[in-house]
Amino acid sequence: MADPIKQFQIVDLFPIAKIGNTDIAFTNSAAFMVLAVGGITTFLLATTRRREVVPGRMQSIAELSYEFVANTLQTTAGKEGMKFFPFVFSLFMFILIANLIGLIPYAFTITSHIVVTLALSMSVFLTVLIYGFWKNGLHFFNLFVPKGVPLYILPLIVFIEVLSFISRPVSHSVRLFANLLAGHITLKVFAGFITLLGSLGIAGIIGATLPLALVVAFFALELLVAFLQAYVFAILTCIYINDAIHPGH
Amino acid sequence: MVRAPLRAAEFSEVLVYPRVESMADGTHGDKDHRGQSPDDEAALSARLKRLGERLTVTGRPSEDVSGPRQTTDPSQMARGFRLSTELVAGVLVGAMIGWLIDRWLGISPWGMMVFLLLGFAAGILNVMRAAGIVREKKLND
Repeated sequence: MADPIKQFQIVDLFPIAKIGNTDIAFTNSAAFMVLAVGGITTFLLATTRRREVVPGRMQSIAELSYEFVANTLQTTAGKEGMKFFPFVFSLFMFILIANLIGLIPYAFTITSHIVVTLALSMSVFLTVLIYGFWKNGLHFFNLFVPKGVPLYILPLIVFIEVLSFISRPVSHSVRLFANLLAGHITLKVFAGFITLLGSLGIAGIIGATLPLALVVAFFALELLVAFLQAYVFAILTCIYINDAIHPGH
Repeated sequence: MVRAPLRAAEFSEVLVYPRVESMADGTHGDKDHRGQSPDDEAALSARLKRLGERLTVTGRPSEDVSGPRQTTDPSQMARGFRLSTELVAGVLVGAMIGWLIDRWLGISPWGMMVFLLLGFAAGILNVMRAAGIVREKKLND
């Protein structure tokens, strides 16, 4: 049976530079990142080049994705949150397209590596932290001090709130990474069963229809997960940004 | 379950009432529509309008009764996905901080013990926030 983990292997395509003793190579992960970014950019530029009043199919896909993210951001973080629209939109589109590209057979799934998702979630975390302090100054610490808590229990609550805040990038990144990793491994394992059973003769081929049906069903689920995880990532980014804008008074 | 009898009631109304209404409308029909349309057409439109009004009146409470909506609302599924990792993240961060503090200060089991519990509490807080039990927005505090 084919190794279900092999699909996540990082392969060096060609070296770029050498810093100290570390080789910096252009990997398959980087190649698919470039593909995702290039695909999004060309798609959005091509579909909005001829801006028609009555949008065609492609133009309305671009407009829908814009409106979807804009609505999500405005309902969660208010009008002020629209400052961060480019950030949230880039994140959403990048994760969505990376997830969808990963579903194509033989493609590499960028977001199934925790390095990538942690980097994305840390960029959100640091944005919230830096913008929060820049905008609110020390009032940003009010985020950790809920109102109406008795004084003798306050230190404990503040500790818990701080830990809750620190755990945000962890849950933010682990969710995306774990969902995609688990989904892709499951797909590969079930697909492996098909070939395994199929090699057992006529009875095996009949038996192999079961995992085949499962793979088809699971692929549909993975398609949904690919979209939903991008959406969850975007909406949590909006919620965290909202905290930076309004950290309580 | 609740809706089936209601539907039947609506249908019987539709079936029973029109006879009465069509006679009533037939006499006033040409006044309302300046005689442009034939009598029965005006009566039909008036009947349809009345049916629509009645359906909106009877339709609303039945929708409220029919329990949780069967929607594919992405935000609800997103909330479900959120819950799955919030607790784990809290415990993980607590354990990590506890381990680091143990290593730096050399108070071997205590940092881990305290921060694991605190992390667990933070994880529970995360889950409750994600589930909407504890309020998330702190706008007016």
